[in-house]
Amino acid sequence: MSNKLDSKIPAGPLAEKWTQYRSTVPLVNPANKRNLEVIVVGTGLAGASAAATLAELGYKVKAFCFQDSPRRAHSIAAQGGINAAKNYQNDGDSVYRLFYDTIKGGDYRAREGNVYRLAEVSVNIIDQCVAQGVPFAREYGGTLSNRSFGGTQVQRTFYAAGQTGQQLLLGAYSALERQVGLGNVKMYSRHEMLDVVTIEGKARGIIARNLVSGKLERHFGHAVLLCTGGYGNVFYLSTNAMGSNVTAAWKAHKKGAFFGNPCFTQIHPTCIPVSGHYQSKLTLMSESLRNDGRIWVPKQKDDKRHPNDIPEEERDYYLERRYPAFGNLVPRDIASRAAKERCDAGYGVGPSKMAVYLDFAYNLKNKYGRAEASKHGIENPDDATLIRLGREVVKEKYGNLFDMYKQITNEDPYEVPMRIYPAVHYTMGGLWVDYELMTTVPGLYALGEANFSDHGANRLGASALMQGLADGYFVIPYTVGSYLSKEIHTKPIDVNHEAFVEAEKAVQSRLDQFLNVKGTKTVESYHRELGLIMWNKCGMARSEEGLKEAIQEIRALREDFYKNVRVPGNQYEFNPELDKAGRVADFLELGELMCLDALDRNESCGGHFREEYQTEDGEALRDDEAYRYVAAWEYKGGNDWGLHKESLEYENIKIAQRSYK
Amino acid sequence: MGSEAMKITLKVWRQPNSKAEGKFETYQLDHVSPDMSFLEMFDVLNEQLIAEGGEPVAFDHDCREGICGMCSMFINGRPHGPKQAVTTCQLHMRSFKDGDTIVVEPWRAQSFPVIKDLTVDRSAFDRIIAAGGFVSVNTGNAVDANSILIPKDTADDAFAAATCIGCGACVAACKNSSAMLFVSAKVSQLALLPQGQAERENRVIAMVDQMDKEGFGSCTNTGACSAECPKEIDLSNIARMNREYVRAKLVSK
Ligand SMILES: Cc1cc2nc3c(=O)[nH]c(=O)nc-3n(C[C@H](O)[C@H](O)[C@H](O)COP(=O)(O)OP(=O)(O)OC[C@H]3O[C@@H](n4cnc5c(N)ncnc54)[C@H](O)[C@@H]3O)c2cc1C
Ligand code: SF4
Ligand code: FES
Repeated sequence: MSNKLDSKIPAGPLAEKWTQYRSTVPLVNPANKRNLEVIVVGTGLAGASAAATLAELGYKVKAFCFQDSPRRAHSIAAQGGINAAKNYQNDGDSVYRLFYDTIKGGDYRAREGNVYRLAEVSVNIIDQCVAQGVPFAREYGGTLSNRSFGGTQVQRTFYAAGQTGQQLLLGAYSALERQVGLGNVKMYSRHEMLDVVTIEGKARGIIARNLVSGKLERHFGHAVLLCTGGYGNVFYLSTNAMGSNVTAAWKAHKKGAFFGNPCFTQIHPTCIPVSGHYQSKLTLMSESLRNDGRIWVPKQKDDKRHPNDIPEEERDYYLERRYPAFGNLVPRDIASRAAKERCDAGYGVGPSKMAVYLDFAYNLKNKYGRAEASKHGIENPDDATLIRLGREVVKEKYGNLFDMYKQITNEDPYEVPMRIYPAVHYTMGGLWVDYELMTTVPGLYALGEANFSDHGANRLGASALMQGLADGYFVIPYTVGSYLSKEIHTKPIDVNHEAFVEAEKAVQSRLDQFLNVKGTKTVESYHRELGLIMWNKCGMARSEEGLKEAIQEIRALREDFYKNVRVPGNQYEFNPELDKAGRVADFLELGELMCLDALDRNESCGGHFREEYQTEDGEALRDDEAYRYVAAWEYKGGNDWGLHKESLEYENIKIAQRSYK
Repeated sequence: MGSEAMKITLKVWRQPNSKAEGKFETYQLDHVSPDMSFLEMFDVLNEQLIAEGGEPVAFDHDCREGICGMCSMFINGRPHGPKQAVTTCQLHMRSFKDGDTIVVEPWRAQSFPVIKDLTVDRSAFDRIIAAGGFVSVNTGNAVDANSILIPKDTADDAFAAATCIGCGACVAACKNSSAMLFVSAKVSQLALLPQGQAERENRVIAMVDQMDKEGFGSCTNTGACSAECPKEIDLSNIARMNREYVRAKLVSK
């Protein structure tokens, strides 16, 4: 193992590590905090919560986002919910169980220490959000309501209809704006970070571009926090927002931050299928729908009948068949692969035959219809009554998702089953960080989806929101102190320092490079082509042969990009095409590293499925002897990367073949 | 699905920057699929423009799922176009007919200056929230979540107000460019909840003051805002804010 990777997991029993850490971490006194500047890039759940909290503590904060307002970060789109080990349902939940479910769900590729801390602070998150006025769903008695998500057998998911991310982000955003109003945070919207500035090995600031004026800016910080989200858009089509990108993380990587498990990608099982070549993104249908929606395909191949005309006994509820214990609520990687298996075998439905049904009819009528009927004292209700009553309940639970589905497909999911197919959704990989969320560059931190830390090879539903807010509200406010307490004598560095000048020069020459190619092909066309390579060869199923091909194809595409891309306009104007060119150029490099990582990992685990490594019944076959490690890649220039391994030790959980049967 | 391609004529507002004069340009698209979203049609237009050596149309967008509030096109005289309760990104071309001419403009309001083409500056909304759209509770100060019991109906009402996406369509729809619907949605959410009580009076006064400072017009109760709001934020929120404001003024005296 590399000596460069110290995960800094505190010693002592699992349940006491975080408490122990918090009570011994060095503190920064209030007077000193006022002289310490922290740069927070990104204002999603991780960034907004971190910026607000650090400002509350007294640090001077500068926050950046590329959208026109911090409220619009991609977190806003999260639908289903957020996990917390509150055990309000008294159904056997506990911090330990959430910890255990997360490690198991991640197919034993996450750190015990980090995950336990995440489960521990999850309960504080819900308290904090409620105090801010986040309107979670409630029961008639006034208490908070919960539902189930995949990979668990308890109800621990808190939600606000299908708009949980929106409500949580607006909570964090309001806390952030409060600090902006108080003058403790200076907010830079429509700004894109284009490089990290390091001085004597430490992160000391960033180069950002004002996306309205096009000018480059230098910003100093005693510490820099990257909260810049995931890189699923390397696949072109994904459920991510259009602007989500890897640029910030990638620049950090090239300045010395190791990239952890880049190939660990989550393909979400329930998304609206692709409808045409003009498609710009894919839309998620929240996992929460699997609480009440049953997934099936016809038992007969190429069945052309309308789904409602296919009788019960001719339907294959393949998840319920294959995984009786978890049924439709198996983790995402498993549900996605099972859908692909059925479609590849010729049982797919819809015009493209690359879709399966997600059907609400049964529960709408039998579960909710009957419950409502008995609540209203209706005896022997007929089908029409049951459907009418059930519909109301379903509407309340998932109404906005059903509306969105109808708007996109022109089909009414109250009447016909949804057609769904897996799509790229989330990246478990990201910048390697230690227990303090610090990357391998001192003073440079990564929070939220941008880091690799807590989800191993597969993330459980409703756990990304939890992690983002845990990192921002409850972890970084302590851990950053451990570094900044040693920085109290560092005076703000003048941005005319040569490190800033050099970094800006490099950014400038890159912008010039894009604008000067003056070729014939659009940035979009390169992105689309890259996405296709990634989806076909580094997507739901990967093989040695395919990955090797992919690497060659990506290199060729990258070369072509710098010869033939056309970026219109100039730098000193609002120029979204130029912004996009930089992002796609970085994806063109990241794609190669993802394939390299996937090639190196000769096992299947979680979302990483290598065709060569599967059990007889097609489940992921791990190799714990050889691959029970985090792959942390060091950039060495050009097409060269070095691999560092952080071995994963399981002292509290018995590592086992994952089973949801 | 599988429906015929449509021919669409677009008249699009082009304006290089906030200081330049703008004008309409006309574009012809011959293969618009009814299943395309309105923004995907603009993607196609932009690819076409770039290929021809022209300048693509700048427009704001991000989530394309109707939730981030970034997309903002004024389509045939209506913010977010002809459909009820739908954002521009969720508007699909099947809502138009083959041969249609569609006029597309930016939000027009003094407080939302044009940045370029269809992109405007809505940072005034952030400043209104910064003035008071929050509960002052530092991280770590919270009590157990279930110790605050909130009747379901109250929670539901607060949630309905909280679904505002901050898009600014209400301002664009209003002949006075009033921001009352946006501001009242946040005021209502927090006024309804027990957590919002401590700052109830200060909040409404601070937010309304900031709204006025930003130059938004006054409300004359025409209701265009709510009719065009993609999240169907109810007009009753404005009435509630007016009551809150009067009450706050009385209390603060
Ligand atoms: C459709 C959808 C639904 C989801 N539903 C759920 C759910 O129900 N439950 C759950 O737990 N998780 C869910 N997820 C996952 C979850 O939403 C994300 O993982 C999480 O919100 C990421 O938050 P973040 O703060 O890390 O980053 P983001 O919210 O992605 O924020 C990134 C921020 O970084 C900024 N940024 C990026 N690059 C730069 C740059 N170079 N310069 C300046 N700023 C930059 C952006 O402006 C933005 O502010 C969902 C994801 C999707 C796509
Ligand atoms: S009230 Fe409606 S129209 Fe106005 S900003 Fe909010 S969501 Fe948009
Ligand atoms: S792009 Fe997000 S609401 Fe339209």
